[in-house]
Amino acid sequence: MSNLVIAEHDGAEIKPHTLNTIAAAKAAGGDIHVAVIGSGCQAAADAAAKIAGVSKVLLVDSAEYENQMAEAVAPAIVKLADGYSAVFAPANTFGKNVMPRVAALMDIQQLSEVSAVLGDKTFERPIYAGNAIATVKSAEATDIVTVRMTSFEPVEAEGGAASIETVSGTGAQDLSSFVGQSVVSSDRPELTSAKIVISGGRGMQNGENFGMLEKVADKLGAAVGASRAAVDAGFVPNDYQVGQTGKVVAPDLYIAVGISGAIQHLAGMKDSKVIVAINKDDEAPIFQVADYGLVADLFDAVPALEKELG
Amino acid sequence: MKVLVPVKRVVDYNVKIRVKADQTGVETANVKMSMNPFDEIAVEQAVRMKEAGQADEIIAVSIGPQQSQETIRTALAMGADRGILVQHDGEIQPLAVAKLLKAIVDAEGPGIVLCGKQAIDDDANQTAQMLSALLGWSQATFVSKLEIGDGEATATREVDGGLETIKVKLPAVCSVDLRLNEPRYASLPNIMKAKKKPIDMKTPADFGVDPTPRLTTLKVVEPPPRQAGVKVADVAELVSKLRNEAKVIS
Repeated sequence: MSNLVIAEHDGAEIKPHTLNTIAAAKAAGGDIHVAVIGSGCQAAADAAAKIAGVSKVLLVDSAEYENQMAEAVAPAIVKLADGYSAVFAPANTFGKNVMPRVAALMDIQQLSEVSAVLGDKTFERPIYAGNAIATVKSAEATDIVTVRMTSFEPVEAEGGAASIETVSGTGAQDLSSFVGQSVVSSDRPELTSAKIVISGGRGMQNGENFGMLEKVADKLGAAVGASRAAVDAGFVPNDYQVGQTGKVVAPDLYIAVGISGAIQHLAGMKDSKVIVAINKDDEAPIFQVADYGLVADLFDAVPALEKELG
Repeated sequence: MKVLVPVKRVVDYNVKIRVKADQTGVETANVKMSMNPFDEIAVEQAVRMKEAGQADEIIAVSIGPQQSQETIRTALAMGADRGILVQHDGEIQPLAVAKLLKAIVDAEGPGIVLCGKQAIDDDANQTAQMLSALLGWSQATFVSKLEIGDGEATATREVDGGLETIKVKLPAVCSVDLRLNEPRYASLPNIMKAKKKPIDMKTPADFGVDPTPRLTTLKVVEPPPRQAGVKVADVAELVSKLRNEAKVIS
């Protein structure tokens, strides 16, 4: 048996979430093949071939896959999927966008955001914002699976020597087209793969005050996140959001500043190894999940923290 | 054009859910139920499109038990014109939901379908994309801004790196994200008016769709609880504990 992993890439490089996704496929057992679908993505395919544990790379390099529009990419995955035990993709906005489209075209019920692969077509997945864990068994010939990245340690990006097989494209589509993107570039680590995350909530009061968190983040090599309340209030952009509907993070250290701890936020960070909460309300629910709680005004505590870190 | 909005009845987002002792699922008896919050945003968007003269009829569809009528009534009170309830007791999974919605789309011919991006019970995030695939339509997922043009729509999508803007041909299926709008509260007169709006009663069999779940739930359990932590007195103690006890910073 063999499993197919859909790589997330930018043409030149494989995105880190692909490595967590391969780890999930590895847990299912059997050979692992990786599909690199894009336009001008030979370099990404070469990188995929070096990933430890991958035996074959399927390269679909054709103009219609530029910008990874779901209407174009889904038929390409359908074409490749036949005969695999399962097809895995990361449960980020890339995988969530395209995989249900693949599943419907194949008349298969998808498994979303799987957090454990138990074998025998059985998987665990969180439901109700992670307040319950369901064990589900599939009876589909090919399982279509998106993977909760934080539940799987990434495989090594180097050490493999897979063959690369070229597959032809599936043709242009005229249903949708790409206009543009606004992506904030930052020198800090990416939120979902950072070892340390410091997040701010409504208590931050405004966007400028996030500068205090950034100073601490720079001393710790941390990423900066936010609660939904802070994003809704316009303090920071949407890509900062940690929670049920934002990003799921599980760093070694998560520092929640001025975050009350709504269940929707806890859903995105409660698998962190160590949680610190700084909040002036000692009744805030965040303290129930925090390993270390500091009841203090964040406008005193955060500058003091920065100073203490030296 | 017509706008179709699927709405799901779920455990209210403020309720702390309880897993059943026999591990068969989550307790939903005697629990406050509401419209899925993302679906409220979709209804609001449809109503705003109608107010802007971009839509002439809004149809709210729900698939679920008899009580899902209440969810449809909520949509009608917000401004939807009529409802369709596909009555089904027990679990129904996204693929079957998408097939039922496709049959309804085929019958009603909407110019756009506005879905919530995910339901807060099963957190699947599949139905909109599946419906779009079954129809052979364009899709715009996780939409935080939507402009309807001539035969096409421009959508801003919330993606991991930030925001992405795409154009989709109409008809299209959109799944809406949190920041598209802020849903209105229905006024009392509108709640009264909604009681007189029609709801069509259907069953999956009327559409020739088999609602049997394709994935079997073996058990549902609570996640392992986190150990209760400690309160520290000040920042110095916090940093000392993080360095020497938790060893997560150097």
